[in-house]
Amino acid sequence: MFSIGLGHYLTLAAIIFTIGIVGIFLNRKNIIVILMSIELILLAVNINLVSFSIFINDLSGQVFTLFILTVAAAEAAIGLAIIVVYYRNSGTIRVEEIDRLKG
Amino acid sequence: MENLQLIIPELFISIMIMFLLIFGVFKKNSSQLVYNLTTVSLVAALTLIINLDSQIQSSLFNNSYNIDSLARFMKILLILSGIFVMLSSSKYIQINKISKIEYPILILCSILGMMVMISSNDLIVFYMGLELQSLALYVLASFNRDNLLSTESGLKYFVLSALSSGLLLYGCSLIYGFSETTNFNQIMVNTKEIEYGLTFGIVFILVGLAFKISAVPFHMWAPDVYQGSPTSVTVFFALLPKIAALTVFIRFLYIPFYELGDQWQMIIIFLSIASMVFGAVAAIGQKNLKRLIAYSSISHMGYALAGLSTGTTQGVQSSIIYITIYLVMNLAFFSCLFMLKRNDEYYEKIDDLSGLSKNHPLLSLSLLVVLFSLAGIPPLAGFFAKFYIFVAVINEKMYFLAIVGLMATVIAAFYYLRIIKIIYFDPEKEKFESKHNLGLKFTLVASTFFILAYFIYPSGIIDIISQININ
Repeated sequence: MFSIGLGHYLTLAAIIFTIGIVGIFLNRKNIIVILMSIELILLAVNINLVSFSIFINDLSGQVFTLFILTVAAAEAAIGLAIIVVYYRNSGTIRVEEIDRLKG
Repeated sequence: MENLQLIIPELFISIMIMFLLIFGVFKKNSSQLVYNLTTVSLVAALTLIINLDSQIQSSLFNNSYNIDSLARFMKILLILSGIFVMLSSSKYIQINKISKIEYPILILCSILGMMVMISSNDLIVFYMGLELQSLALYVLASFNRDNLLSTESGLKYFVLSALSSGLLLYGCSLIYGFSETTNFNQIMVNTKEIEYGLTFGIVFILVGLAFKISAVPFHMWAPDVYQGSPTSVTVFFALLPKIAALTVFIRFLYIPFYELGDQWQMIIIFLSIASMVFGAVAAIGQKNLKRLIAYSSISHMGYALAGLSTGTTQGVQSSIIYITIYLVMNLAFFSCLFMLKRNDEYYEKIDDLSGLSKNHPLLSLSLLVVLFSLAGIPPLAGFFAKFYIFVAVINEKMYFLAIVGLMATVIAAFYYLRIIKIIYFDPEKEKFESKHNLGLKFTLVASTFFILAYFIYPSGIIDIISQININ
């Protein structure tokens, strides 16, 4: 049996991170999906930080993770609030219809 | 604990945020009062910073918070521009019915976040400052909540800024993993040899920071956000976050990544060239003044980055001078924009300027000065800003960068001169109102005077900046 090392955690984080980035750019339907993708990116960062913190025996990575979790919650709250006011004004949250500003 | 006096400005601002929030909630119809109190507390914070002993170089909280000459100068610059933004936009927010108590408090919050960013010497502190700034800015961009354009710009800014924070954080996590510390000085010590993880980390962090100062190819949010958000917020966006982001750029490049200069130099040169050229070319077809100034600020950030890419102290100092003069020019431009008002409506199209010189000779004259200065025509301040950058770049024998920069200046001169032609030679339109409040007039006069009179005594500001030492 092989043991799970740092590389495996980093690969997992990199895959989740990539899914998040691709989710933002490929998504043409709903803006909520973008919020979820941002959340995925932040979670990938957290996995990275926690696994580094364990493997180099240093606590500050885990402290960083707690800060990121808190900020991510605040960010999601503000994002949802902005989506709500936008929906009130335009009646849609489809990504391809958000195009009043261009040039 | 004995060093706590060094962060008195930050403590004062955070206490004022809480006090004003409670005050505004309990006292009815106090939005104008809270606005004025905010301006006053910014002035008080400015005096507190100036009163700090300028010789002190100190690190607080386990060396995670840095009070040095760079932080001091940038904080003074930050709060000064904050005061001028508040002075010039007070009438605008009343007329556009966004005069609520939250508005000045959000501005204070984001200024506090920027101050933390400027002083940060640790990845965690830097991230907290950045998010405090961004979370307040998301709300500010969509502050005019019944306006479709304002909410759309807030939405776009939120999505792209959150994405850039994510990229930046991923870079931070890689840097933390491969250097085994979050402290900037410690990172510099631990990164003597290059590993792939470090290179990836640097790239991600630089991409995240490039988003924040809207350098090409990460600029797409800037024109939309500048155009959509209320003008009072646009002027805030054009000035203050740039100061904070540029300071963080300087800190990252010259403290933790200093040993890895070969890794980041090409990236910065690319960002700089792309921003200068794209900003100049894309602005040509614009019809909206706010959108035009967004492209112009992208191009200006390219010049500031050119100074950073040299890797020398002279280059950094020329960038700091550049951002200082950029702030004054943009402040003057936006004060002119605030004066284009007729029957409680503000105008922001280039066509609205047509024949402005017949009815408003003084306003046209100051616009002329500002636009010439933005284009970099001697002897105005904008020329000297570019001059210092090019001297620093040529001293390092980076001729290609200098040549591209000069060519971008020539292209950019076209659209600035076109506006001047529209102001002076096109058929005149209806008169704008000529009564303005004192703060707006003072801002315009002071900034135009600075641009005009800079060449008489340039050493005044250069002496201060040449004392800034990064390492």
